Amino acid sequence: MHKFKSSHHLAFFIIFGFILFLAGNRVDELRVYQGASIAVYVVAISSIILLTGYSGQVSLGHGALLAIGAYSAAVARNNFHAPVVLTFVIAVLAAALGGALLGAAAARLSGPYLAGTTLALAIGLPSLANQFPIFGGEQGVFFDVGFPPPSLGEGFTQYKWFFWIAGLAALISIWLVANILRSRYGRNWRAGRSNETAAALAGISVSRSKILAFTISAGVAGLAGALLSMTIGTVSPSAFPLSLSFSLLTGAVLSGVSTLSGVMIGAVTLVAIPEIADAVATRIGVSERFTTNLPGLMVSTLLILTVLFVPSGPVEQHRTRQARKAAKEKN
Amino acid sequence: MFQLINTLLIGITAGSIYSLMAISIVLVWRSTRVINFAQAGMALLSTYFGYEAIVHFNSFWIALPVAMVGGAGVAALIELVFMRLLVKRSSTGPIAAVAPIIATLGLLGLIKGIISSIWGGADVRLVGPVTNVGYSIGDKTLAFSPLKLLTLCTVVVLMLLLTLLFQKSNIGLSLRASAYSPEIARLSGVKVDFVRTLGWSLAGAAGAVAGIFQTVNGNGAFSPESIEFALLLISGFIAAVIGGLESLVGAVVGGLVLGLVISFVLMYISSSLFFIAPFVILLIILFVRPQGIMGVKAARRA
Amino acid sequence: MTLTVTELTIHHGAICAISDVSFTVSKGQLTAVIGANGAGKTTLLRTLSGLNKSTHGQATWNEHNLLHSKPETIVRHGVSHVSEGKAVIPELSVVENLELGAIWRKNKKEATESKAAVTDIFPRLGERLNQRADTLSGGERQMLAIGRALMSKPQLLLLDEPSLGLAPLVIEQIFQTIRDLTTSMGLTVVLVEQNAMGALKIADQGVVLNLGKVAVAGTAQSLIADPQVRAAYLGY
Repeated sequence: MHKFKSSHHLAFFIIFGFILFLAGNRVDELRVYQGASIAVYVVAISSIILLTGYSGQVSLGHGALLAIGAYSAAVARNNFHAPVVLTFVIAVLAAALGGALLGAAAARLSGPYLAGTTLALAIGLPSLANQFPIFGGEQGVFFDVGFPPPSLGEGFTQYKWFFWIAGLAALISIWLVANILRSRYGRNWRAGRSNETAAALAGISVSRSKILAFTISAGVAGLAGALLSMTIGTVSPSAFPLSLSFSLLTGAVLSGVSTLSGVMIGAVTLVAIPEIADAVATRIGVSERFTTNLPGLMVSTLLILTVLFVPSGPVEQHRTRQARKAAKEKN
Repeated sequence: MFQLINTLLIGITAGSIYSLMAISIVLVWRSTRVINFAQAGMALLSTYFGYEAIVHFNSFWIALPVAMVGGAGVAALIELVFMRLLVKRSSTGPIAAVAPIIATLGLLGLIKGIISSIWGGADVRLVGPVTNVGYSIGDKTLAFSPLKLLTLCTVVVLMLLLTLLFQKSNIGLSLRASAYSPEIARLSGVKVDFVRTLGWSLAGAAGAVAGIFQTVNGNGAFSPESIEFALLLISGFIAAVIGGLESLVGAVVGGLVLGLVISFVLMYISSSLFFIAPFVILLIILFVRPQGIMGVKAARRA
Repeated sequence: MTLTVTELTIHHGAICAISDVSFTVSKGQLTAVIGANGAGKTTLLRTLSGLNKSTHGQATWNEHNLLHSKPETIVRHGVSHVSEGKAVIPELSVVENLELGAIWRKNKKEATESKAAVTDIFPRLGERLNQRADTLSGGERQMLAIGRALMSKPQLLLLDEPSLGLAPLVIEQIFQTIRDLTTSMGLTVVLVEQNAMGALKIADQGVVLNLGKVAVAGTAQSLIADPQVRAAYLGY
C-alpha cells in the first residue's frame, strides 16, 4: 500500500499536469484532440470505478448521467450566459442531484435488478430530451466554451484549449476522487460491497452510503458529460447512446474496476480502439460493413476477455502476482 | 369506448410478446441463477436465422422452427462455452457479484456487432403468414388482426407447453431441482450440466419466437439499432421482474401488465413517454412489491 | 462388494482436511465414523460421493473408482449420499423429492416399487406426499432425505450426521431405522455422527477421526469399551 500523504499526491499531480501541458505543445492536432478525449474518459471511468468497483453497484445508466451534466451546462451557457467554469459546476450539481434520486431508488436493489433499472434509464432518458424544446430535440443544442484567451498566444489552437481544460478538470477530479476513496467513505463503500450485513452490524448505514456513492459518482459523470460536449461542440441525444454506457463500463473493467490507478489504461484503450480498428481493417482489407463494426466488436471482446481472465484488472493482477512472488521467496 | 377496447387489445398483443422474452429470461434464471442480458441479442440473432429461412424457402412456417432451433443451438453453445468458463473463473474477487452481469452485457455487444457485420445495412424484412390488417366492425377498424390473434395464441400455447414440461415431466423436475439445489440434484443422479444447457436452449427457442413475432407485428424491418430491439431488451427484463422471476405464469402476467400499462400511458397520457414509461414502471414495482406479482417474499440477493 | 479406502488425503488449499485415512467396509456392515467437529468426517463422505476432490490415495466401491468420477456417475454405481443438514429441496413437494431420487433409473416399475417401500419404512412421508418439503418438521425432513437416497436403490449408503438438531425420541427412531436398513435390506452403511454413542450402539465397526487422521478403529464393541474413546467421545 502506498504510504504517501495526500500532500505528496497533490504535488505529484501538479508535476504530472505540468508535463502534460508541455507535451501538449509538441504534438499534432489529432493527438491533442485525442488527449482531450482521454481526459474525458478518465473522468467518466473514475466515476464508474467509484460506484461499481468500490460501492459494488452496477450502473448501466451512466450515459444518462453524462447527458444530464452536458445538457445542464449547455442550457446554463446558452440561456443564462454563464461563464465556462460555472457551467461545469452546474453540470456537476445537476448530475449529482440526478444521481441522488437514482441512488435513493437504487439503494434497495441489488445486482441484476439495479443493472436492469439503470439499463432502462439509459435507454429512456436521452429520448426525454425530445420532449422539451429547450433541449433542442434530436439535433440538440450548441455548447461553445469560446476561444482560448489571447494571452496564450497566436499558435494556441482550439483543440489545445480543449485539452488544457479537460486535462485540468481531469486532474482535479481524479485527485478529489482518490482522496474520497481513501477516506472513511471509501472504506464504508468497500465494506458494504463485500458484506452488507456485516457492514450494517459494524454501524455503517449501508443505504446512506450507497446513495452517497451514487451522488458523487453522478457528479463526476456530469462533469465528464460537460467536458465531452465541449469537445464535440453540441449536446444531442445521439451523443449518449447505450453503447456509451457500455464503453464506460468496459473502460472501467479494463482499468481494474476497483483500481483508480489503472484508470488511464481504460481511457487510453477506449480512445485507441477506433484507430487500431482502422489500422487492422486497412491491413486486412475486409468488407466495409465489418470495418464499421470492428470498434464495437473489439470493445465487447475486450470486455468479455477481461472479465473472464483478468477480472480484477491488470493492475490488481500484477500486484497479486508480486505479492505471491514475495511470499514464495519468504518461504 | 372503442378507443378503450383498442387500447386494451394493443396492450395485450404487445404484452404477449414481452411475455415471451420474459419467459426466456425466467427460464435462464430458474436453471442457472443468472440474468442473461444478452437474451434479446440472441433473440435478434434467431430472427435473422428466420429471415434467411424465408429468403431460401419463402415460408413463414419454415422460418419459425428454423429460428427456434437456431436460437436453441446458439443458446446451448453460449452456455457450454461461455457460461461454464465464467462461473469457474469469476466466483471470487471484488467483481464476483457483478461479473455475470458485465459478461452477459459484453456478450450482447458482441452479438450485436456480429449481426451488424454479417447483415448490417441490408434491408431485411420479415412478413407474417397472415394479414396484419385489423378486423372491421362496421366502419371502424379494430386494433386487432389475424396476425395479432396468431401471436396471442402462440404465446398461450408455448406457455402451457412449458408449464407442463416444468411441472409434470421428469425433465422439468430435473430442471427445477438443478436450479434450486444443484448439489442435491447431483447426488440424486441428475446430470446437472446437461440440464443447465437444456434450460438455456429452451430459453433460446422462446426468445426466437419473441423476436420473430415482435418483428412481424411491427413494420417488418429489424436491425440491431432499431427501436424494437431496445424495447425487447428491457421489456423482457422488466416483465420478468414484474412477474416475480420465479414462475413462467408470472412471466406471462408480467408481460401483459407491462404491455397494458404502456398502452394506456401512450394512449391517454402522452405518446412520447414511450421510452421512459418502462423505467418508471420498473421503479414502482421494485419499490412497492419487489418480489413481483406472483413472487414469494424471499431474500432477493441475486 | 466392499468399500475400500486407502491412504486417502484431501487438501483444501493449504489446509489438510484428511490425511492418510484407510479403512474397509464389507457388504452389509454398518460402520460408524465418529470424531469431533472439524475432524474431517464430512469431507470424507463428500469425497466418496464425488462432491470434493481428493489429493492422494484411493477409494473404491465394488471395483469402481470413486475418486475421479462425478457425483452423477457415482450414484449410478449404487452409492447414495445423504449430505449434512437435512438434504431435501424445500421448494419441491415430498413426492417430488422422492421421485428426484429415482429420476435416473430406467426401470420405472421398479422405481414405483421403491416409492412404496420408502413410504412403508417412513409412513409419515406417505401421509404428506403433496406437501412442500419446507413444511415438514426436522425429523420428517431427515426421513425424506434418507427416503430420497433409498429411491436410487443404493447398495452403499453414506449418511452425514442424520441426528443433528433432532429430538431424542426422533433420533432413536432414525437410528433404529438405519440399523434395520442394514439388517433387513442388506445395505452397506457408513454413518458419520457426532452422536458417538448412538452411532456405535447400532454399528458393527467404528472409525475414530481426529484432526483428519484415524485415531482408533475396530469393532463397535471394542470402541465402546475403550477407555480413551469413552473419555473423549462417549462422555464417561
